[in-house]
Amino acid sequence: MEENGSHLVLEAKGITKVFPGTTALQDVDFKIYSGRINALVGENGAGKSTLMKIIAGIERPTSGSVLLYGDDGTPEELSFSSTRDAAKRGIGIVHQELNLFSDLDVAENVFMNKEITRFGSVHIDHATQQQEARKVLKKLGQDINPSTLVRDLRLGQQQIVEIAKTMIDEPRILIMDEPTSSLSAAEVRVLFSVIEDLKCHGVAIVYISHRLEEIKEIGDYITILRDARLVDSRQVADIEMADIIQKMVGRDPTKFFSGQAHKTGKELLRVKDMTLPRFGGGYTLDHVSFSVREGEVLGIYGLMGAGRTELLESLLGGMEKAEGEIWLEDKRLDHLDTKRRIEAGLVLIPEERQREGLFLNLSVDKNLTMSSISSLTKWFHILKSLETKRVTEIIEKMSIRVASPRISISALSGGNQQKVVIGKAFLTEPKVLLMDEPTRGIDVGAKSDVFQIVHAMAQDGFGIVLVSSELEEVCSMSDRILVLSKGKLTAEFDRAQANEEKIRKASEVEHSMTVQS
Amino acid sequence: MAEKTEKKSGNGLSVGMILLKLRTLIALLAVFIVFSIMAPNFMTVGNLIAMAKHSAIWAILAMGMTYVIVGGGIDLSVGSVAGLCGMLAGGLIIEGLRLPMFGVVIYFHTPMIILIILVIGVILGSINGLLVTKLGVAPFIATMGLMYMARGFAMLRSGGKTFPNLVGDPALGTTGFPILGAGTFLSIPLVIWIAIFIALLAAYVSTKTPFGRHVYAVGGNEDAAKISGIRVNRVKMATYMFSGFTAALTGLVLTSQLVASHPGTGDTYELTAIAAVVLGGTSLSGGRGSVAGSIVGALILGVLNDGLVMVGVSSFWQRAIKGMVIILAVVIDQYQLRKQNEAALKQQTVSDAARAAAAS
Repeated sequence: MEENGSHLVLEAKGITKVFPGTTALQDVDFKIYSGRINALVGENGAGKSTLMKIIAGIERPTSGSVLLYGDDGTPEELSFSSTRDAAKRGIGIVHQELNLFSDLDVAENVFMNKEITRFGSVHIDHATQQQEARKVLKKLGQDINPSTLVRDLRLGQQQIVEIAKTMIDEPRILIMDEPTSSLSAAEVRVLFSVIEDLKCHGVAIVYISHRLEEIKEIGDYITILRDARLVDSRQVADIEMADIIQKMVGRDPTKFFSGQAHKTGKELLRVKDMTLPRFGGGYTLDHVSFSVREGEVLGIYGLMGAGRTELLESLLGGMEKAEGEIWLEDKRLDHLDTKRRIEAGLVLIPEERQREGLFLNLSVDKNLTMSSISSLTKWFHILKSLETKRVTEIIEKMSIRVASPRISISALSGGNQQKVVIGKAFLTEPKVLLMDEPTRGIDVGAKSDVFQIVHAMAQDGFGIVLVSSELEEVCSMSDRILVLSKGKLTAEFDRAQANEEKIRKASEVEHSMTVQS
Repeated sequence: MAEKTEKKSGNGLSVGMILLKLRTLIALLAVFIVFSIMAPNFMTVGNLIAMAKHSAIWAILAMGMTYVIVGGGIDLSVGSVAGLCGMLAGGLIIEGLRLPMFGVVIYFHTPMIILIILVIGVILGSINGLLVTKLGVAPFIATMGLMYMARGFAMLRSGGKTFPNLVGDPALGTTGFPILGAGTFLSIPLVIWIAIFIALLAAYVSTKTPFGRHVYAVGGNEDAAKISGIRVNRVKMATYMFSGFTAALTGLVLTSQLVASHPGTGDTYELTAIAAVVLGGTSLSGGRGSVAGSIVGALILGVLNDGLVMVGVSSFWQRAIKGMVIILAVVIDQYQLRKQNEAALKQQTVSDAARAAAAS
């Protein structure tokens, strides 16, 4: 594909990467052309980030090879032992998460581990570093003082610093993993013009984004990954948006969710004026009131920072400063601690599975019974046979695929781990389950299992609060939808009235500027 | 405990893995064999009992330490707390409790003194617990603070002097204290019985009770523990209190064995206890380990200590060798952990594949 001076600069061939418990990439090919924007799309967990980490030398592939082509077209196989290696060969990566040292200044961050030094790399030449950093930042259209501490910058500016870090190496290939996710609309425009500029200088850009409209706008080539496999690779101009979505999710999105209305009974959970003051004034949760009925799935949608997670944690007693009445049937819970609230029948399935849901040091069975172990005892003696029975039942019920209940939880795939977290919550014999992003980062099969579990629980009369940032998920799973925006409830929809457009509007009510999806 | 249960289910485990898991026991056996060859009177009943006696003291401390470390903390104060408790016990026996405002001196009976000292140990442990849970001080710093304070107060109690000859006065009912250190039951020293009793209790609680589970949970993932409804602060508090208890007990035993309270008693014992715990396969980052392992660890250190003396190795070399053994143990531990994870992964992958094959 030699055209307009563009040529192949890097080719990944047959890349497979196996992690404990999951295959992140399966025989994936990927080509990068110079002077082009090579877009890479796929759902969460499709393997995009892993592929980029392999190309940038952060991870090594289990099998497969990465070829780097010189300007004359001669291929050379790469095996990096570090990002530093990759950077030397002209490959830079801008990570999705910020990797900055917030107590160092901008220039120090930009030149981290590639400091400009004098006297044989002993003395850091701060003045030159500041000067160079200022130049790069100017090129990025940002007038940031290089001696500012990173912690004093806005999030969007920090993202720019992250980009500047790779720019000083003048890379031939620049990988950008969701670079716009924390930028304002104006900052996105600046970034695009920078990308355009780089492209004209023959830099190969690899652009990863969830925002397909951005890819339609600036992308040249598109590669689609799904469930660790390559699905399609072609020119952006040749493909319709609907096709991209179809290929990303691998199914008709409207048909996927089992969504159907549930028969609801009496009121189970009632929350009145839940308030959580924000550090430094204002509210993270601003007098939120709602209720959940038996057999009802109550969806809560909101953008980042809307207070979704904080709401659920406040309900379970994890936020000390939270105030407001919480009634579960006839029992008032807001003066009880987490343990008592769980005993009363409230339980949380947390957003970050590994950080808040699992004990990676323990086996599957011990994870499953951790919340309910006190009820499996006589006096203070754990009844092993009873525990084993419960564990076997719940593994069956949640269709957890596990070699043995005694195996370490860390050997399981994300989806199975998530089922363990749900199983753990279920064993506390709850009345109301609070689920925070229950399908985040798990594969499609496990996703549909989780939806079925939610559906079955609702049919069995449990009350379910489902928090999600995926609109279609909320729309199809919920009997009723609440929308949070900056800590306030801004709308409530019945199943019949709800549509994505209305919900999206309501979620942006409290935002002064328009927010990208 | 945790390791034992896995062994039972370890249908896919190789001989190598089993040997790796039993490595602390194998190491103990190895030092036994080496010393019994090199030192002719090593395998005598008298010597074995003497070694068991030394190890028992470390084992008692190590059990408290195991709870704290598995719960995600560390307790550097145990040696000093043992010293302070010994001084307080000696003081109560020799001088009694002086209450100047009432102009009286109270003498307690010996069992009462022992009880008071144990309670003081628990209280000192709870100070560590309070600092760590309520005030958010890092365990290392909090317990290091108490380490210096307790040692300081131990010195202050007597102005740095020793309380000698703690035989007590029959008229005051303070006799009998030396029995704790020198007494025997079925011709086995009381110290060993005490260690066995506490070991059984500690092992039982850690494997068979919800509290034991919770200690592992808190050490493994505090955030998840909170969300699971575990009262994290109470669990941590309890581990430090237990550690304080074992420290006080150690102080009593050491003092009783010497029949004198010396303010320097138990110096650097916290490090020996930590070494025993680590040798037993407990992870310093919390959430992983066992009481049984720590006991074996204490035994290895005890045997190594006495064996090296009997073989005539210089005390300088003794230290160097102990250090090497500890480092080696941790290196092997890391290796075993990696292998174990790989084995679990393999087992799961095989099972997934079998399931997929069955489904198609």
